[in-house]
Amino acid sequence: MSSRSAPKSQRLSGDVLLQFLLSWSVPAIAIIAWQVLACRGIIPARVLPAPTAVLRAGVRLWRTGELQNAILISSERAVAGFLIGGSIGFLIGLANGLSRISEMLLDSSVQMLRNIPHLALIPLVILWFGIGEPAKLFLVSLGVFFPIYLNTFHGIRSIDPGLREMASVYGVRSWSLFWNVILPGAMPSILVGVRYALGLMWLTLIVAETIAGDSGIGYITMNARDLMETDVVLLGIVIYAILGKLADTIARLLERTLLRWKPEYQQ
Amino acid sequence: MISPIQDSYVVLKGVGKSFAGSTVLTGIDLTIPFGQFVALVGKSGSGKSTLLRLIAGLETPTSGQILIGGSALREQCAQARVMFQDARLLPWKRVRDNVGIGRTGDWRNDASRALEEVGLSDRGADWPGVLSGGQRQRVALARALVSAPSLLLLDEPLSALDALTRIDMQRLIERIWREHGFTVLLITHDVEEAVTLADRVILLDEGKISVDVHIDISRPRQRRSVRFGELEQQILGAVMAPSAIAG
Repeated sequence: MSSRSAPKSQRLSGDVLLQFLLSWSVPAIAIIAWQVLACRGIIPARVLPAPTAVLRAGVRLWRTGELQNAILISSERAVAGFLIGGSIGFLIGLANGLSRISEMLLDSSVQMLRNIPHLALIPLVILWFGIGEPAKLFLVSLGVFFPIYLNTFHGIRSIDPGLREMASVYGVRSWSLFWNVILPGAMPSILVGVRYALGLMWLTLIVAETIAGDSGIGYITMNARDLMETDVVLLGIVIYAILGKLADTIARLLERTLLRWKPEYQQ
Repeated sequence: MISPIQDSYVVLKGVGKSFAGSTVLTGIDLTIPFGQFVALVGKSGSGKSTLLRLIAGLETPTSGQILIGGSALREQCAQARVMFQDARLLPWKRVRDNVGIGRTGDWRNDASRALEEVGLSDRGADWPGVLSGGQRQRVALARALVSAPSLLLLDEPLSALDALTRIDMQRLIERIWREHGFTVLLITHDVEEAVTLADRVILLDEGKISVDVHIDISRPRQRRSVRFGELEQQILGAVMAPSAIAG
């Protein structure tokens, strides 16, 4: 038995390895080519410094403590803006999903505001709040608000009416109805909103920090641009990418935990 | 010996229902004694589903009165449980939690017992998503049984199942009904199913009761018996009668 199952598991791990190698081969080749071209001076360092130079810039800024500080400040802004905008969006989405009166009162106004690209408000926001923290928090909150609002609202409205009817036959009402039927029923849609909002959160923060600011990753890259330090600019971009990926991973984990009842999340 | 309530557990007096001007049911008078198994047959659009929904308290009658256990029906009645055409399980709750929905206090033992009754005692910890259609309907039946209802309303619960699963479920429902002795109202479009299970078959035609026959065959019933065939033909003939087609 074991002699028959061993080759199978080996074949399986071989498949996994092959898949891993294939999916990482293109980025690996690109980075190696980049390194070679940059070392030979075919690409000028001012345009695109070598990956090792970017790494060195990272180590240098880490030693001075600047990098950690900037990552911390940017992450704090992102999380705070997400929590503010996300909770407002969630609460209004809940209210409008559960009450027709609330929907009539608020939904069309929200839909009108949604048509304004929130980044178009930057000049106005700078006039109102200056370039300090409130301006960035406001922009991130605004960017996060709409996807969370829309998906919460839509999630509640798209719950199978048959399940609600069943719940009413079985005497499930008010809070129990909310906890057992409505919230879990809307959760898949809410999490789609969360994932979308996380993307917008970083995008908005990058724009806000790059245009105006005196700290954070955006500030470091803009400073480096003034000093023609292309390696630091690239480092900033890489850090943003890593943070974005991290946020996406957290959202995936959240989905796996909260939606573990879905057949696609079961082995 | 039989008290008036036992003799007339579900009473409909002149019940009518119309939706936005179109009349679905008119002047329904019906008395069901406690413990009787009633099958309601009729073509689609005959109003049989609406009648069940009225008794379940999911709709309110436009005219007339519904009494259950001697008192007028208002909203959903706690002694009545409904099984729908689809199982309507909450996909985010495990089977056992689905069975115990709406229950407070110590319901876990009751839920396990109900799952045992429908033959799914080992599936309590599963998600509904991994169950087959027949198993889901069994869970829905367990959910209905867990609160020891006195009236079970079955809205074509077997119509989406394949033939073999369906016969299994029919046997299960008959067995559980005989053990518990509650009142059953089963809606079906399958006359054979009605004659197999019910004490009494009622035919609804254009919103009125047109046939009301007692099935005087002893249980367990043989589908091949002469009397079974006679009754089935009689009811089928009434369902297919020209008056019904003309409408």
